[in-house]
Amino acid sequence: MARINMVQAINLALKQEMERDKDVVLIGEDVGKDGGVFRISEGLMEKFPNQVFDAPLAESGIAGVAVGMAVYGLKPVAEIQFMGFIYACIEQIFSHASRIRSRSRGRFTCPLVIRTPYGLGIKPPELHSESTEALFCHMPGIKVVVPSSPYNAKGLLISAIRDPDPVVFLEPTRLYRLIKEEVPENDYTVPLGKARIVQEGKDITVIAWGSMLHRVLESIEGFDAEVIDLMTLRPYDEETILNSVKKTGRVVIVHEATRNCGFGAELSAFTAEDAMLNLKAPIIRVTGLDAVIPMAKLEDYYAPSKEKIVKALKKVMEY
Amino acid sequence: MEKFEVKRLQILDEKGNADTGLLPTLSDSDLKKLFELLILSRQFDQRALQLHAEGRLGTYASILGQEASQIGSAYALEKTDWVFPSFREMGVYITLGYPIWMLFQYWTGDERGMRTPDDLNIFPVSVPVGTHPPHAVGAAFASKIKGHRTATVAYFGDGGSSKGDFHESLNIAGVHRLPVVFICQNNQWAISLPREKQTAAKTIAQKAYSYGFEGIQVDGNDVFAVYKATKDALVKARTGGGPTLIECFTYRMGDHTTADDASRYRSKDDVEKWKARDPLLRLKLYMERKGLWTQQYEDEVKKKVTDFVDSEIKKHESAAMPEPNDIINFTYSALTQRQKKELE
Repeated sequence: MARINMVQAINLALKQEMERDKDVVLIGEDVGKDGGVFRISEGLMEKFPNQVFDAPLAESGIAGVAVGMAVYGLKPVAEIQFMGFIYACIEQIFSHASRIRSRSRGRFTCPLVIRTPYGLGIKPPELHSESTEALFCHMPGIKVVVPSSPYNAKGLLISAIRDPDPVVFLEPTRLYRLIKEEVPENDYTVPLGKARIVQEGKDITVIAWGSMLHRVLESIEGFDAEVIDLMTLRPYDEETILNSVKKTGRVVIVHEATRNCGFGAELSAFTAEDAMLNLKAPIIRVTGLDAVIPMAKLEDYYAPSKEKIVKALKKVMEY
Repeated sequence: MEKFEVKRLQILDEKGNADTGLLPTLSDSDLKKLFELLILSRQFDQRALQLHAEGRLGTYASILGQEASQIGSAYALEKTDWVFPSFREMGVYITLGYPIWMLFQYWTGDERGMRTPDDLNIFPVSVPVGTHPPHAVGAAFASKIKGHRTATVAYFGDGGSSKGDFHESLNIAGVHRLPVVFICQNNQWAISLPREKQTAAKTIAQKAYSYGFEGIQVDGNDVFAVYKATKDALVKARTGGGPTLIECFTYRMGDHTTADDASRYRSKDDVEKWKARDPLLRLKLYMERKGLWTQQYEDEVKKKVTDFVDSEIKKHESAAMPEPNDIINFTYSALTQRQKKELE
């Protein structure tokens, strides 16, 4: 077992899955010789020349081609270079990938993975820091997964590749090289649809995913908080959330995306509907601002800060 | 630097004269089959329109006038080929042997009608115009990766050729020399927009050359020309020659769908002109000359087809209602926690 970062963990998952199953193929812009702009697929084209394909600069085409590959019997993993460019794929994902099983009443299925780096943290040009996961969570037929560590990135990606449904796999760029941890060389999976309790606690349930999970963990000192790493946003693990809320009676949801119709809105509404009588305090969301994501100089002002999270934790404890 | 010439293929003219030098190999029994498929598709189409008028079928997109484009191309396919149609391709489904009662079922708003039988590789109807050619490209890519000799076909119209996905899919197919045939039924109208407002290009076929492969325009009302062009393109695809774009130059004789009224935007004279180019008429004249057509033969075929379509309608209308739970059941491979609660 080696200590590796998330980039290496994802690379390892892809390598092992392509070794295990020749039907697993990688397609995307610059994923071949270049190894991807984040070097996620480094060395894979040399090792699997018949499984790794550079695509022309055409995001909708990449998603649509992946749909065709998947229905024919491959397990394509398509890379969209940044989440800001995935909007061109929305028609393919929403109008086709998500509904092929339903449209054909189960005759055809679409087992593809669309991976994309997402979120703030690398100070790039405009449209390279998007966190619009809620868009995809709104669409039935799609699964949405966000890893938060090298270990679960590998296990979740392997699950996503083997999953019979289309999965949008969002990789927090901030975490790509931030943390190293022990990642087993062997084949293991982290199941989709199951949340992870990172830390048990009695007073507050804090729900987060991806890079915000780490900001939450930096903010909870002095609180008896139970921290849930959601990992799969669609379909999300209602049971784990409810069990925790029933115990703590207080909920804080933290995400980087803007508040309006962000995924926190769904979690908040669900918790209010299903556990109202267990609540001791209003549910609080700590989110990105109601504004376009800024470029590098102002980016640190956009996402929830440690101070904002602590303020929310204090507030729910006032009740 | 490079020069291109767009070819046009016609074998059978409006009078039923065939260019014998170009005639594809088709036995007498093939000719009869093609004739019968044309009659069957037209009969299906007319009955669908009738059922709609009687409130027994939902919104429907007629194929009238385009039968040669659809049957001629589909007749060239092999059982192992994969087909990605649009929504005006009932003649393709019928030629491939898709159960007709299921087509009626689909057009009444029942997803079960698009549960393709296991022995066919035809995809469900794709409603968003021109967004499915990438799927044919992806399937062709998969076929190539797996070393199969399967070719794939995407059907779309002149309207679809304006979409970004048309460009992206032809481009990717060209770069990777994929075994795919793009069949554009240029029926001159995208709802109310005439072909010359769809693109300033003289032909749709010529667009292929900008992606590095051949395009050809065929007389889309000439079943022999469509058959030959498709057959040639499929052979080329299966033998590593890469993609082809076939523009079937045809005409949408009916409204866009049953929800449309084409008299708002096109003249009767325009439609009248195309009546003389009817695909069925010229095949009939050709077969008559060959001694393969008599009035009695046509009457018998029509009677047989009418009885068959009648029984298919009966079969469709006596099928049980779909299960409401199926709305949920086919969303994912397994039920979500939320769906389980909704089913309770």
